[in-house]
Amino acid sequence: MKINSELCSGCGACAAACPFGALVIKGNKAEKTDACTDCGACASACSFEAIQAGSGSDNGGDAHDLNSYKGVWVYLELKDRQLRGVALELLAQGRKLADEMGQELAGVLLGDNVADLANEVFANGADRLYLVEDPCYGRYDADQYTAAMTELINTYRPAVILLGATHNGRDLAPRVAARIKTGLTADCTGLSIDTETGLVAWTRPAFGGNIMATILCPNHRPQMGTVRPRVFKRAEPDCGRTGTIVRAKTKATTSRVKWIKSIKSLKESVNLEDAEIIVAGGRGMGKPESFALVSELAELLGGAVGASRAVVDAGWMPADHQVGQTGKTVAPRVYIACGISGAIQHLAGMQGSDVIVAINRDASAPIFTVAHYGIVGDVNEVLPALINEIRCATA
Amino acid sequence: MKIVVCVKQVPDTTEVKIDPKTNTLMRQGVPSIVNPHDKHALEMALSLRDQLGGSVTVLSMGPMQSQEALRECLAMGADHAVLLSDRAFGGADTLATSYTLAAGIRKIGEFDLIICGKQAIDGDTAQVGPEMAEHLGIPHITYASQVEAGADGAPVRVHRDGEEGTEILEVKLPVLLTVTHYGDGPRLPVVKGIRRAFRAEVDVWSVNDVEVDRNVLGLKGSPTQVRRIFSPDKRCGCEMIPGDACAAASVVATKLRELRIIGVGS
Repeated sequence: MKINSELCSGCGACAAACPFGALVIKGNKAEKTDACTDCGACASACSFEAIQAGSGSDNGGDAHDLNSYKGVWVYLELKDRQLRGVALELLAQGRKLADEMGQELAGVLLGDNVADLANEVFANGADRLYLVEDPCYGRYDADQYTAAMTELINTYRPAVILLGATHNGRDLAPRVAARIKTGLTADCTGLSIDTETGLVAWTRPAFGGNIMATILCPNHRPQMGTVRPRVFKRAEPDCGRTGTIVRAKTKATTSRVKWIKSIKSLKESVNLEDAEIIVAGGRGMGKPESFALVSELAELLGGAVGASRAVVDAGWMPADHQVGQTGKTVAPRVYIACGISGAIQHLAGMQGSDVIVAINRDASAPIFTVAHYGIVGDVNEVLPALINEIRCATA
Repeated sequence: MKIVVCVKQVPDTTEVKIDPKTNTLMRQGVPSIVNPHDKHALEMALSLRDQLGGSVTVLSMGPMQSQEALRECLAMGADHAVLLSDRAFGGADTLATSYTLAAGIRKIGEFDLIICGKQAIDGDTAQVGPEMAEHLGIPHITYASQVEAGADGAPVRVHRDGEEGTEILEVKLPVLLTVTHYGDGPRLPVVKGIRRAFRAEVDVWSVNDVEVDRNVLGLKGSPTQVRRIFSPDKRCGCEMIPGDACAAASVVATKLRELRIIGVGS
């Protein structure tokens, strides 16, 4: 980004538009500071054409070399020897990207004795499966998985890699990206192909969901990104589809980290991401005891209990119930928000829900900007009435 | 035990408001804070030092005002503070940031443990920790909730929060950990600490003070580039349901019935 100080009037429109606070007005002229990320928001705000958008980056890769990377990969994370939901979601979205690029979609599967999953991978859209089977991959390990992924990338040279933004996905992806020395975009909520450049346009929330940023990785390959579970919908599996299995061998590596044991959570795990119905409560519930109403309604509807960050921070609910930018991203069929004002970071985690019902005392609460149905009222009156209605309806 | 804790000064994103007219971020009056997860990382480090002896150095990269965040860490009990600050570091993505921090750590010298917050609340990437470990050639463990240190030189046991429970892992030092939440949460600064923090020197290092390849620093050395920034979509057209609690509840029940969430009432 360049500022032409002859054209600059010092009006400050650019400084106001900058999401990073990276512009200052000095001596009646705009100046950029270290915080500038070249996002270009200032250039569109300037009425005097004094700002020329454009990247300061000149670490240009060799075009020929970049073009030798082909195909879209989806890292297939397992849970108890089954594909995680997010892997299927990424196969569906990866299929769309691959079609648009006119290239292949491949799944990458590391595990012990997991070849039987191949048909499911093909049915969900992959043309190819890179399969690495070895007892050492029976459990996720950062060192071993990083070594294997890096070797596969260097051998088969994919243009794009998608990983689920799970605990292990967010552990593996940055380690691999740093070893390959390529760009990685975290927690994407939108993926498309940039028409101008043919690159993957990775869109993600930042500043606690207050703004969205679209990121490109122009001069490094593969272009890598993680995507949260439930952001994309899985495709209807086509059992007639077939594909090619590539059995890859990787060099044996030992891990510097030794696994001792795993302890499953004793309490029944809160599976918000897979819930079809979520009833969530916020500070507007008034007191922790009122959460019993939220739980009662959730139970009645066969759903899960969600919570806003405010009530988790206040200790009313455990952190694994938290929905939002720093909690879980959810997309149930119905989301009932009770006494949640709708801080932007909460909205970022639930606005993909099919139907949102909001109950809040404050008619100007931001939750109503994403809700389909809104009730302005006291949750402690509306919830008992609703519970009663549903009991009668289902009796 | 020699521990380095990486911290970031961030805008308090829970206080950020959107200007409804221009649909842009209103930054005025948004306080700068120490990234909350980093405070948990610091608490883990201070607890280990209090128990085993050694020192805790806090390291940050950012503009000069990040010194305030480092002073807050000194007030909590950190022994030394280092700020990497230079125009050349600015505009960095996670790969360039982690590279720069790794260079800072090399200059700090010997260390046993590096502890980072799980992620910063402004960027929310959770990438800088593992990437830094890779630059330094040491193992990492993310989502660490507990560390049991043994005798000098013995491996440490780390509890890692996973998707379905906790993993107990053992690793030889040095290692890098990232922390979401530690124990009862970060301690408050004590008066003695605050006084000391005022007097203490924050070492400020520029690009000339660290051994780096200038081509992979800052905006210029970042593989990812921000193409566009925009406000999240706002849905309009929320249907407000009128009436008192009972009337409204009845309408919602009808909607749920239409959606076949509850029985059709037969």
